[in-house]
Amino acid sequence: MWLAAGLLGGLGALTRFLLDALVNSTSTGSLPLGTFAINISGALALGLLVGLAASTDTLLLAGTATLGAYTTFSTWMLESQRLTEDAELRWALVNLLASVIIGLVAVAAGHALGALA
Amino acid sequence: MQATVTENSGGTGTQAQRTRGENAPLAGSHAAVRRGRSRARTALAGRAGAKPKPDWRELGAIFFGGAAGALSRLWLSRHFASSPSQWPWVTFSVNLSGSFALGYFVTRLQERLPPSTYRRPALGTGFCGAYTTFSTMQLELLRMIESKRYELALGYATASVTAGYFAVWLATATVRRTRVLL
Repeated sequence: MWLAAGLLGGLGALTRFLLDALVNSTSTGSLPLGTFAINISGALALGLLVGLAASTDTLLLAGTATLGAYTTFSTWMLESQRLTEDAELRWALVNLLASVIIGLVAVAAGHALGALA
Repeated sequence: MQATVTENSGGTGTQAQRTRGENAPLAGSHAAVRRGRSRARTALAGRAGAKPKPDWRELGAIFFGGAAGALSRLWLSRHFASSPSQWPWVTFSVNLSGSFALGYFVTRLQERLPPSTYRRPALGTGFCGAYTTFSTMQLELLRMIESKRYELALGYATASVTAGYFAVWLATATVRRTRVLL
């Protein structure tokens, strides 16, 4: 159980790293779109998982371990803080607010979709 | 202020890259070039046709850091359960402490210590990234809204974002100020 959780957590972090590099290599704007895409997709997936009424063990492994490690709060905060250091206050605020609001929409949409299925 | 200077002196280019704390190239060193290359390589790895070699040790560092981070959070969440009508202390404190730690590691590794290739991916991208979580926080917010605890949801979101931001700021400022001791 703990072994599987560790393995899945490691895989979640790896996926995040690779996806972040992929998105950032194609985007040129000020916003850190890699982390944004990761967090929104992770929120959608977690909502879906809960909506599908997954068992406690599945929720723990796929949700808390994998998606919890895949999405990240600290990088989101770090990137927002660094944006303000570069005097891009507006983009920092956009990054913070958009993530929370769209993340909430994503988790709700995933939840509704899962409950439907 | 010192930060932007050292980060920018890497000279690897766009404004977007500079502002990205996590994957920004290390300042003006061989490591910057090395990291820049390995980043480009890993980025390309996902595409068909290209056959670049990923840095396996870097990926390994992220994997083990991520496993440790996820397990720490899991252990904490199992020992301190919470319900949607309460303040989610576990996620809240995990996110804050992880943000502080990431700000500390990234600033220290980038601006203070000589470049090390695997500490940053292991501690920053791996551990702190996996230890903190965005998805659980959003699910908790959804649960609060569903049970009509709007003021709790608003308070939780505002407090997390504000305190997380200042945790990074505080860690960064601390590392920059105490040059010798830390």
